[in-house]
Amino acid sequence: MMSGLVASATLPDSITFAIAAVIVVLGALGVVLYRNPVHSALMLVMTLFGIAVLFVEQDAQFLAAVQVIVYTGAVVVLFLFVIMLLGVDRKEAVFADTFKGQRLFAGVVGLCVLVEIIVLGSRNWTTGAPSVAGAMKNQGANVNVIGKSLFTTYLLPFEVTSALLVVAVIAAVVLSRRHEERPTEFEDEQRTTELMP
Amino acid sequence: MIHAAFLIPLFPLVGFLILAPFGRRIGNPIAGWIATLMVLASFVVTVLVFAGVAGEPVASRLHVENWFTWLNSGQLSIGVGIQVDPLSLTMAMFITGISTLIHCYSVGYMKLDEQFSKFFVYLNLFVFSMLMLVLGENLVITFLGWEGVGVCSYFLIAFWFTRPSAASAGKKAMIYNRVGDGGFLLALFLLIDKLHSLTFTTIFSHLSQLSPTDLTAVSLLLFVGAVGKSAQLPLFPWLADAMEGPTPVSALIHAATMVTAGVYLMCRVNPILHLVPNAGHLIAWIGVATAFIAATIGCAQTDIKKVLAYSTVSQLGYMFLAVGCGAYDAAIFLMLTHAFYKALLFLASGSVIHAMDDEQDIKNMGALRRAMPLTSATFFIGWLSIAGIPPFSGFWAKGDVLSNAWVVSPALWAVGAVTAILTAYYMGRQYLLVFLGEPRWKKAGAGSLHPHDASWQMSMPLVVLAVLASFGGLINLPFGPHLTFLESWLAPVVGSGLLHNTDSTLQLWMFGVADAVFAIGGATIALSLWRNVVNRPALEPQFLFMAWFLDASIDRFIARPSSALALFSARVVDRQVIDGAVNGVAGLFKVSAGRLRRLQTGYVRTYALVIISGLVIMVAYFMIRSGL
Amino acid sequence: MTVNVSWYLTLAAVLFTIGAVGMLVRRNILVMFMCIELMLNAANLTFVSFSRELNDVGGQVAVFFVLIVAAAEVVVGLAIIVSIYRRHVGATADDQHLLKG
Repeated sequence: MMSGLVASATLPDSITFAIAAVIVVLGALGVVLYRNPVHSALMLVMTLFGIAVLFVEQDAQFLAAVQVIVYTGAVVVLFLFVIMLLGVDRKEAVFADTFKGQRLFAGVVGLCVLVEIIVLGSRNWTTGAPSVAGAMKNQGANVNVIGKSLFTTYLLPFEVTSALLVVAVIAAVVLSRRHEERPTEFEDEQRTTELMP
Repeated sequence: MIHAAFLIPLFPLVGFLILAPFGRRIGNPIAGWIATLMVLASFVVTVLVFAGVAGEPVASRLHVENWFTWLNSGQLSIGVGIQVDPLSLTMAMFITGISTLIHCYSVGYMKLDEQFSKFFVYLNLFVFSMLMLVLGENLVITFLGWEGVGVCSYFLIAFWFTRPSAASAGKKAMIYNRVGDGGFLLALFLLIDKLHSLTFTTIFSHLSQLSPTDLTAVSLLLFVGAVGKSAQLPLFPWLADAMEGPTPVSALIHAATMVTAGVYLMCRVNPILHLVPNAGHLIAWIGVATAFIAATIGCAQTDIKKVLAYSTVSQLGYMFLAVGCGAYDAAIFLMLTHAFYKALLFLASGSVIHAMDDEQDIKNMGALRRAMPLTSATFFIGWLSIAGIPPFSGFWAKGDVLSNAWVVSPALWAVGAVTAILTAYYMGRQYLLVFLGEPRWKKAGAGSLHPHDASWQMSMPLVVLAVLASFGGLINLPFGPHLTFLESWLAPVVGSGLLHNTDSTLQLWMFGVADAVFAIGGATIALSLWRNVVNRPALEPQFLFMAWFLDASIDRFIARPSSALALFSARVVDRQVIDGAVNGVAGLFKVSAGRLRRLQTGYVRTYALVIISGLVIMVAYFMIRSGL
Repeated sequence: MTVNVSWYLTLAAVLFTIGAVGMLVRRNILVMFMCIELMLNAANLTFVSFSRELNDVGGQVAVFFVLIVAAAEVVVGLAIIVSIYRRHVGATADDQHLLKG
């Protein structure tokens, strides 16, 4: 098992973890199992909130804030906008499949994934190499640490992702444009004859 | 003068090169005279070279001229050049001499033919190839000449190619020759493997390096080549069919020169044959068997040229009998005299055929002696020669062969003797049916025919050949070493004849008398049977007429199974097996592609499922490999 | 009972599995998208856990970038879904099978 550098692993931590874990799992199950997409979106909010709590628990306060603001506040809201816009809040048939046994197969695959990840996680993977990006603890406030690392070591990815965001915006605009119908020849002719004396 | 020997094959080659592109424009008859002149020039040069060589001491009569090296491969080096020695000069002389006479004859014979110049193109090419064959200094040049004469023979047999029988006869000759050539080539390969050289002088000086098996193999394989080219058992049916060609072709190629190439080859490699007498015995028996069988077939033929064709096969058999017994000079002697009288007989037949307006069946001729006296007289001389009646040349030559055969085995002599009787008999039958008796052609409604002797171009060669046939025996009379000119001339190349060991005069006289008796006996039998009777079915059975059914059996046992095999290969093996395999591979791809394409369902979720499954499997694999 | 890293990792694994199965099972495109978000969150959780474990701030920076990219991806994906729905209201993932072989 992993030997962590956890300073204090006390009872409040365990309780917090337990509650947050329950929230997360319940929310995930809700996303998958609810038939109404609006309900799934709300369950997703629950999950993301739980994840944010776990972030705080692990001394990643900045990320928790960003998670709540960006993910929960923007992304899921966007999801809900689209759901409302397109009117897909009706129920769907969850049980019809493209080929028989797909759900069963999916379940089996999911189980395999779970087992694999757990097994992988129980191995000792650390290499012992010194950190690249810099130490995390005892460096000051979390925001400062992340900020420093972001603007020095990871400057290029930072700039590139800003460009990525611009591209995404443009793409969204282009993709959701309505295409106007060009008038047919008949309509065109009709209009010109109308205009002539 | 010896260094001018290169001119000997050069003149006919020049003739070929001039006539091939321009012959048609030069026209009839100048093209013919150009060709004749070239061969005549070659003959003159040969005589001059002969004079030069004859003036030299005996020991130094071998000259090898190497013009250039053709190919070099490892230890093997093949050059192009000629070897001037008594044997090759003898062959060259009679080849060029008789060719000149036949060229002259052809100018008259082919006068009315549209393809006049083409005939002479082929004839000159033939003479060139034949000369390279006999003059070549190594086996490769000999083989090239061998093939060259085969090709020209094909061209000339199928000269009137619009006749299906002529075209197929040309093919048949080519195919039978090729069978023999297979043996020749195998012998060459064997020699290359063992001795790394094909030059005659080199081979003969290194024979001790070959084991007896090798020697026997080489000699028998070369003999296979000779069997094909010289129409011996069992490869002789092509010669009878070759009579489809014009008569000068039959005279030149299938009597005097090409068919003797096999005999020349065996004489040339006599050092090998000396070392393996058993191979020699086999050759002798095959030769004498061929002679006998061909003679019996000749007794039943009705086409004037076919009788002569089988007679050629028979006489060639005698030559191989001599070769097998080690009497090479006797073989050459017989070759020379045979060339004279056989060419004579063929050319005379050609005159008869011309006069009878292309009628070739002797049952429809008769009493031509009055109408064509010169032709009849020369044919008569030819008959006497081939029958072996003294003092004509055939008597001396055949006697030489038979007396040498007795020394090796009396059984050989006996078969040869019986054949001699038959020879005299069937040639007599032919003479009687053609030139004596009743003029049957008049009754057959061809009363408009006026047979007469031919023009001087055709009659002059007949006279010359008749003289040669009469007096040709003088070059090798057996009455003493000072009279055997041919034998001593050829001695440096072929060794001496066998008979010198048992050189008793009484034996000579006994053989001579016996030969004369056989000849005269056969002639008498013919006279008594055929003088006034045209049809004797009992003496002309179907078995003999169809050449012992040899052709039919080859067709049934070799040709038909081969055709069946070829058809099988084309229909089954090619179409079903090979095409099936190739198409099957393509079909396999098509089918598997069709099945595999169903993986692309187009459904995103299925793709996602497959992706994740793949990921799971890969991770599991790596986990297991690194040891859980 | 001490809470150590392996618990967080297990939780992330469970979350990931639920997201994966959900994506494979649901037909509504938007719900499939949400399941993808679940999987991304599981990855984020893992990153943060390891960042604390190994005392390396790179893990948190990685989460930062994942967050950005996920947001961009959602934007573009939803735009595509909108344009699909324009043509065919009530479309599900199974109706987009034009790439069938």
